[in-house]
Amino acid sequence: MTDRLPSVTIVRRIKAAPAKVWAAITQPELMMQWWGPDAGPTLSVVADVRPGGRFSVVFRLLNGDEHNPTGIYQEVVPEKTLVFTWDLPGTPERESLVTFRLEPFDGGTVLTLTHEHLPDEEARTSHEEGWNGLLDKLPVFLGDCE
Amino acid sequence: MDRTFSALADPTRRGLLLRLKEEPGLSVSELARPFSLKLPGMMKHLDVLSDAGLITRTKTGRTVSVNLSVGPMREAMEWLKRYERFWTVSMDRLVALVEEDGEQ
Repeated sequence: MTDRLPSVTIVRRIKAAPAKVWAAITQPELMMQWWGPDAGPTLSVVADVRPGGRFSVVFRLLNGDEHNPTGIYQEVVPEKTLVFTWDLPGTPERESLVTFRLEPFDGGTVLTLTHEHLPDEEARTSHEEGWNGLLDKLPVFLGDCE
Repeated sequence: MDRTFSALADPTRRGLLLRLKEEPGLSVSELARPFSLKLPGMMKHLDVLSDAGLITRTKTGRTVSVNLSVGPMREAMEWLKRYERFWTVSMDRLVALVEEDGEQ
């Protein structure tokens, strides 16, 4: 059993080759065209795509709020794996980690995106065990107490 | 939030929280019974949960009753919801972009 800290995972089958998907997630001029959680504009992208290189995106939401997640690329395997840290100023959590995995599939690509919360060093060393099971029940907890 | 996550990263503690959800206000010894835990071990788990703000303990005479406290879990839930929304929409847009011209 793999117990983990909480994470968000999204899997998509895409009708485009891994090379094309890779370009869209690593080339700033392409990142400008999709990066952001609503139809608001992406204002700037820095993507120095090599281990240790910097990542920084500024996007504006439709409600006018601007956000600037930043991070450092950790792992870069062209057309396969892209891993970077994620730091979003103004949020309570510490760093988290974003991973894109690309696999060729039937002429297209299966893209798996994972966004993991990272524990601090203390939590990391003292808790190998994870988190399984409770997440499903959280809404129940919350629903009961509202 | 790190404390919440690390407090939840243990099956016994998750079991304790689920039990408390079913039976709020259990005493420490009632709570310990089905987990075959010795009292010191139990107190340790309760300390971790309490430090993370996931439970409250109330002393009445010689009995300590334990209750869930939902705030920090809500925070953890919001983290997940925020990023689920963020990436779902971003991925929709990414897919639309790379599939746009139908080339593979």
